[in-house]
Order: sequence, then C-alpha cells, then structure tokens
Amino acid sequence: MIISGQAHKFGDDINTDDIIAAKYLVSTDAKELGVHCMENIQPNFVQKVKPGDIIVAGKNFGCGSSREHAPLAIKGCGVSAVIAKSFAAIFFRNAINLGLVFLELKEADEINEGDKLSIDISCGVINNLTQNKTYKTQPFPEFLTEIVKKGGLMNWLKSKTKKGEKEEDA
Amino acid sequence: MGHTIAEKILLAHTEEKSISPGDFIEVRVDLALGNDITAPLAIAEFKKAGFSKVFNRNKIALVPDHFTPAKDAKSANQCKILADFAREQQIKNYFEVGCMGIEHALLPEKKLVLPGDLVIGADSHTCTYGALGCYSTGVGSTDLARAFVDGKCWFKVPGTLKFIYTGKLRNWVCGKDLILFTIGKIGVDGALYKVMEFSGPVIEKLGMDERFTMCNMAIEAGARAGIVEPDDITLDYVTPAPRKFRIFKSDRDAFYERIFEFDVSKIEPVVACPHLPSNVKFASELKDVKLDQVVIGSCTNGRITDLRIAGRILKGKRVSPGLRLIVIPATQKIYLEAIKEGLVDIFVKAGAVFLTPTCGPCLGGHAGILTAGERCLATTNRNFVGRMGSPESLVYLSSPAVAAASAVKGMIAHPEEVL
Repeated sequence: MIISGQAHKFGDDINTDDIIAAKYLVSTDAKELGVHCMENIQPNFVQKVKPGDIIVAGKNFGCGSSREHAPLAIKGCGVSAVIAKSFAAIFFRNAINLGLVFLELKEADEINEGDKLSIDISCGVINNLTQNKTYKTQPFPEFLTEIVKKGGLMNWLKSKTKKGEKEEDA
Repeated sequence: MGHTIAEKILLAHTEEKSISPGDFIEVRVDLALGNDITAPLAIAEFKKAGFSKVFNRNKIALVPDHFTPAKDAKSANQCKILADFAREQQIKNYFEVGCMGIEHALLPEKKLVLPGDLVIGADSHTCTYGALGCYSTGVGSTDLARAFVDGKCWFKVPGTLKFIYTGKLRNWVCGKDLILFTIGKIGVDGALYKVMEFSGPVIEKLGMDERFTMCNMAIEAGARAGIVEPDDITLDYVTPAPRKFRIFKSDRDAFYERIFEFDVSKIEPVVACPHLPSNVKFASELKDVKLDQVVIGSCTNGRITDLRIAGRILKGKRVSPGLRLIVIPATQKIYLEAIKEGLVDIFVKAGAVFLTPTCGPCLGGHAGILTAGERCLATTNRNFVGRMGSPESLVYLSSPAVAAASAVKGMIAHPEEVL
C-alpha cells in the first residue's frame, strides 16, 4: 500500500498536549478531536492539512500523557502517517494498537516543510519526491507486524480468541 | 547474568521461561486502571469488538478523577459511562465522587497495589506505584480494553537504568527536587523505553510519599516505569496488607544499561521552567519571576506530607496580594487528615482555596485555568505549552515547599526567604 502527501514539519518532544489539548478530551470521536489537532503550537495546522498529508517530526514524538485521543486526533484531521526520529513509548503502543502508520527515520531532519512524500508501507520505504531521495526504515518486529496486519489490537485479539475456540473444538 | 527487580516482576507474570530487554512478551496484570478520560474510549473499544464480560471484576479499577466533580455536561457523560459500566460489570473498585481521589494517590492508599504486582493503567502517571516495588506502567485505552477482555497486555521488555543518590540532603530539598534534578540531567527522553531504578542511601531514608513523587515523574524522562526496591519503609506502608504479596530485589549481578550517581549535597530546591520538565534551574537562580497563581496538589505532590510542608511554611502568613493559591488534597482521606491536623485552618487563613480532590488544573481541566500572559508555579508534573490553560500562559514546576514560599513572596522563592 502506498501513502502519499505533503510533509508538515514539527520539532523535538512534541507532546500529547500539543497534539490534542486536555480540554478537548471530553470526546472520543476522531473527527471532533481532529479539528483541534496541534492547536496550541500551530493554530492553523488543521486548515493546512490535506487528506493523506504526513507529519514529520524530531525525537520523542508523542511524549507526555497516555491519551489515545492523540493518535485519534492525528487520524481525524486527515494525516495519513507520522515520521519521526523517535517516538515516546506510550504513543508508540497506541499507534500500533490503533493502526496509525508511523515510521522511525533518523534522517527526518533532511525532509523540508511541504516536500512531497510517498511511503510504501509494506516495505517501509519513504520516497521524498521533491528532493528525489529514498529512505529505507527498519521493519517492525514480527509480533507488532502481526497486530498491525490484523488492523489493530482488538482485531488481533478477536482473531486470537476465535482461533483458540476452534482449537478447543478440535 | 542476574535480573533487575523490574525484570523479575515481569518474569513472574509471563509464560516465558527467560526474558531479556527488547523481547516482546505477554503479561498477566494484577490490576488494570482507567479514568474518566481514558476509560470511556476503552469501554467503547471493548463493546465495539463484541465483548460483553470483563475477565475479573476485582482486578479493574475505575476512578473518575480528571474532570470531576463533572466540570460540564460532556465530562458528566464520560463519568456516567464509567459508572454504568462499573454497575453492569459489577466492578468492585469504582470510586464515585465522595469516595474518589486522584487515582495514583488513591490506589496505594486503598492497598489495591502491593509490592511485586504488575499494574497497567490508561494514564501515563501509572508509573507512580513503582515506589512500592511493583512494576506499573502507563498504557493506552485500547490496551485497557484488551485487558478488560483477558487480563493481559503486550510489553517490550525494557532495559534498566540505575540511579544512585548519595550524600546529605540540604534543608528543604525533597524527592521532587531529586527527580526534577535527574530529569534535568538526562532530558525528557533520557530514559526512553527504560526502567528507572532509584536507589542509594538517600532513597533508603526517603519516606513513601517522596518515593511516590519520584516514581510518578519517571514518565517525564520517557521511562516505562520508575521503581524502588521494597524495604522496611515499604512494608510499614502496606501493613496490614489485604492479601499476599511478593518482595523482589535486583540481583547483585543484574545488568544495568547505565548507572548514574548523584551527590545530593550539591542540590538546592529545583524549579522546572517552561516548557519542559527538563528545563531546570535552582529556585535561588530565579529571583524575578512574578507569579499569578500557585497550585499545590496532583498525583505528584498532593499527599499529606506535601500538605504538611506547605502548612509549615504558610502558618501565620498571608498569600501575596493578587496571587491565587489553590491547594488540592489528593484523596478524601488526605482531605480529612488536613482538616484534623489544622492544615486547612492555616491555608484558609493564609488566603488560599482548599478544593476537593481532583486532577483539575494540572492538565488544564478546570478549577484554576490560566489566561494569556499568566504565570503559575505548581507542584504538578508537566509544564508543556498550554498545559494549564492558555497557550500563552507559563507553568513552572517545584516542590510543595518552594510553591508555598513562592505564594507568600509572590515570586519564585527559596523557602528560607520567607521563614
């Protein structure tokens, strides 16, 4: 599967309060949350985003609170993927569990605001079409790939539960 | 090669025969926690996936503490989702307003978390309970939904960093100063995906409340967990325990990815400046920071020893004119203790407001929100842009002693400046 869109650049340590401020956590609806994505640090961000666009950030993206509303808000505003130098641990697991596409790229600094990117999710290859550069990212470990392939943690769990029941029947 | 305390607790909760950092494992959890922000999403996921019954009604805790007492109709609805689910599933540990406290102060107080336990919570500050010598960590709502189903969670086994504190603590320097100082040294991703094991002669003498404060802020360095080996102080706290528990300690030949040693004798009261908990300075270096508000409370510093320290400084004094001092006890028990000990009398006479337990202003929820240009010094855990309200407001973090002294002076102050 190929994702493509324009890059929106952010710095280091973008925290979950930046991604979605706590005052909006009275909803669990991705679209409703998406309207306020990055509001505190870039008030016009949501207006700039076109469906499919990609967030490109520095180290420790998604640090702070455990709110799953953060990856939901990112999805809800139309962003298709996040590329960062590193991800905070809880954001990392939330993204896996929800099936948000995210890739770790040490060279994230080389990507500029507005660059056209395309990502081949199946092999983790990022193409910077503006700069004519290609990056290969590390694939997820097998265990996580399995969750992502099933479309998130709850689907993975359901498939596991069903399999267990079948084995018991046999 | 031996194991660290964190690895030993993980080993005791997985089917795997051996584990090392980086391994993906499935663990059985002793307790799964959710609050009024994260649990509604978990409950929705649980139901959407077609599940109808939780794995164990005694091993789930639901605490509506963030926007409570409900700040508006939408948050009231979130609380109702919790209450309905608790009733429907007969969840024992649901705490309604009136019994409720800030989750990370409440659960240890109720002895729902004990040494050797493995706890997950859909709240990043779940790492607080590591102070009891258990492995506790923050997860997301979907993780909580999954734990509702089968009581399990996936982990990537983290490596451990050891922090050894030696020397003699100066007057007015406490656990909060130690953890802010540490985050200042290693940065907000200095312990990314690691366990922070706090040890050494200074930690051995630290009371439980200060140990909770230190473990609470491990997440602010990116850690999965903060942990302190259980000792007599831990045992005093948990005794009499409502059930059996296990004491784990790190092996002498345990592997640490890095060992840090800090001589605390050189540490003065610390303040984290906007907009990161790692942006630390000594309070004595921040003479001209005028304040509009001071908050004493939260899962980091809303415990009785925190209120006692504030009371010692505020006794017989008045809050600086024009400054708002908000004091929030973390639980109902602490609230009552503060009344009995005469602390509330001191606070109110000083010109402070004394609120009911809530996370409230810490995350910019309610009960003390800042407008543009305002500065607040808080005993909370995060000072990100807009954390306590307007994105143009500023939040500084400190110990209760520095917060109380600063409320009197009207500017960031070392406690000795007002005594």
